[in-house]
Amino acid sequence: MVANGPMLRLLPRLSDDVAFYWTSGEDGVLRFLRCNTCGFFIHPPGPVCPRCLSRDLAPDEVSGRGHVETFTVNYQQWIPGSDPYIIAWVSIDDQPDVRLTSNLVDVEPEDVHIGMPVEVTFEHVEDVWIPLFKPAVES
Amino acid sequence: MSPLQPGEEPLERRAVISGIGQSDVGRRLGRGELDLTIEAAERAIADAGLTRDDIDGLSTYPGMGAGTSGFAGPTSPEVQDAMGLSLNWHDGGGEGAGQMRAVHAASLAIAAGLARHVLVYRTVTEGSAQGTGGRQGIGGGGGGGGPVPRFGSFMQWSIPYGAVSAANWLAMVAQRRMHEFGLTREQLGAIPISNRANAALNPKAIYTDPMTMEDYLAARMITTPLCLFDCDAPCDGSTAFIVSHRDVAGDLDHPAVQINALGTALRGRPSWDQFDDMTTMAARDAAASMWERTELKPADVDTAQLYDGFSILTVVWLEALGFCGRGESGPFLEGGANIARDGILPLNTNGGQLSGGRLHGFSLIHEACVQLRGEGGERQIVRAGGRAPEVAAVANGGGPIAGTMLLTRGVSS
Repeated sequence: MVANGPMLRLLPRLSDDVAFYWTSGEDGVLRFLRCNTCGFFIHPPGPVCPRCLSRDLAPDEVSGRGHVETFTVNYQQWIPGSDPYIIAWVSIDDQPDVRLTSNLVDVEPEDVHIGMPVEVTFEHVEDVWIPLFKPAVES
Repeated sequence: MSPLQPGEEPLERRAVISGIGQSDVGRRLGRGELDLTIEAAERAIADAGLTRDDIDGLSTYPGMGAGTSGFAGPTSPEVQDAMGLSLNWHDGGGEGAGQMRAVHAASLAIAAGLARHVLVYRTVTEGSAQGTGGRQGIGGGGGGGGPVPRFGSFMQWSIPYGAVSAANWLAMVAQRRMHEFGLTREQLGAIPISNRANAALNPKAIYTDPMTMEDYLAARMITTPLCLFDCDAPCDGSTAFIVSHRDVAGDLDHPAVQINALGTALRGRPSWDQFDDMTTMAARDAAASMWERTELKPADVDTAQLYDGFSILTVVWLEALGFCGRGESGPFLEGGANIARDGILPLNTNGGQLSGGRLHGFSLIHEACVQLRGEGGERQIVRAGGRAPEVAAVANGGGPIAGTMLLTRGVSS
């Protein structure tokens, strides 16, 4: 049995450039900053598109589906009182070179494998909706 | 890909490491960081046959305001003032090609004629900071208003997930390598076990008791697949170098160590989790750019001193520098014979950071100089046919932080 994350969620500051991202889960949808000129998803967010240098950018919805690229089960008590939890790099299906560091939840480590399809779920803490990933339901 | 034009001399070759010095090194020495730095500096200055008044340049990593308690060491203005130095050139900073950026910068200052003798140092007191120094496991934060600190900058993308340490991020690189290339824990363990054997011959090493594969496999897990012995040992200590113009080589009572080529590139995204290849990181780019600046080849290297803040970083560097083909480092490491002092590629011959202590890249540079100068004593490597080592490769850093250097014994043009 593993936990769904550390026993304490250390939270991001909701500064102007990232607040949309960290609150996107309020309606259950994952969003990334996207270039309206070339369609590139930009993560972490910035003031220009690193591909075409356009400034015409806005948050846009993604499917919330992704794949486990790699993972680790953390045992070290960086945050005292935590049970072991799974950390993963998840590629976003809408643009796989966008990767999120996240926790895998509702799954045991022995059932996790690289290449495993996952889908987003959110944990609401204070004013932040933290994107987490669980095994994808077959569609 | 190289910005160097055909026939253009890599100017770093105008520089040599003329002196080396290291303070006492220990888990918790209870001495000040300035005290340790000056001890290392005085030893390096004397080793170069110089006096304090000859030093006209100063360079350090990571400089002012960097990191948590015990990480950064004294700033260059503090060292300048404490030692009464009069400088023509000075530099300190944390952004650049790994921890050795301070040596790179010094070599370029020498080549440009901005200074004649640069004192370069790196000091850590992380052992004391984690012991009695009150250093917390997790730094940063502040602002945001809640009862718990909030995080900005790059840490915000990992810290909510308890992915607070490079150990976590690099564990994922190791896991990916196990998936793509079949790397095993036993192959990875060859590095800490070999380092420990070398540390037994280094009087300044932190951990010197022999380590077996059974010990390694039984060690406490930190973050799968990395265990305690895959992580380096925080310590206190300072390492210093004198970087001088190659013209001084004939004045030294030991061989000069010439800087043959620097590796500084970062061609992929500067990020732990967004880099295009999850198995190589920025080491790939830094190493490639180094080989673009030299006629030497990986087969010419007599010893490699490769960053081992975590064992998996050494694996990445072995392939990045071309000592193994892509994905082939696991079989290369198996059993440890290839990386032993009498192997194909003697590796981290002072115990590295895993057993020698986390002197943050600089102890590896120091050891490369010791070996090239033939001063390794019991741990001195001798190449096939009794030949003394002539070429050393040194690498620092992990993730988006990567710098490398090729060092040679004696001065050529």
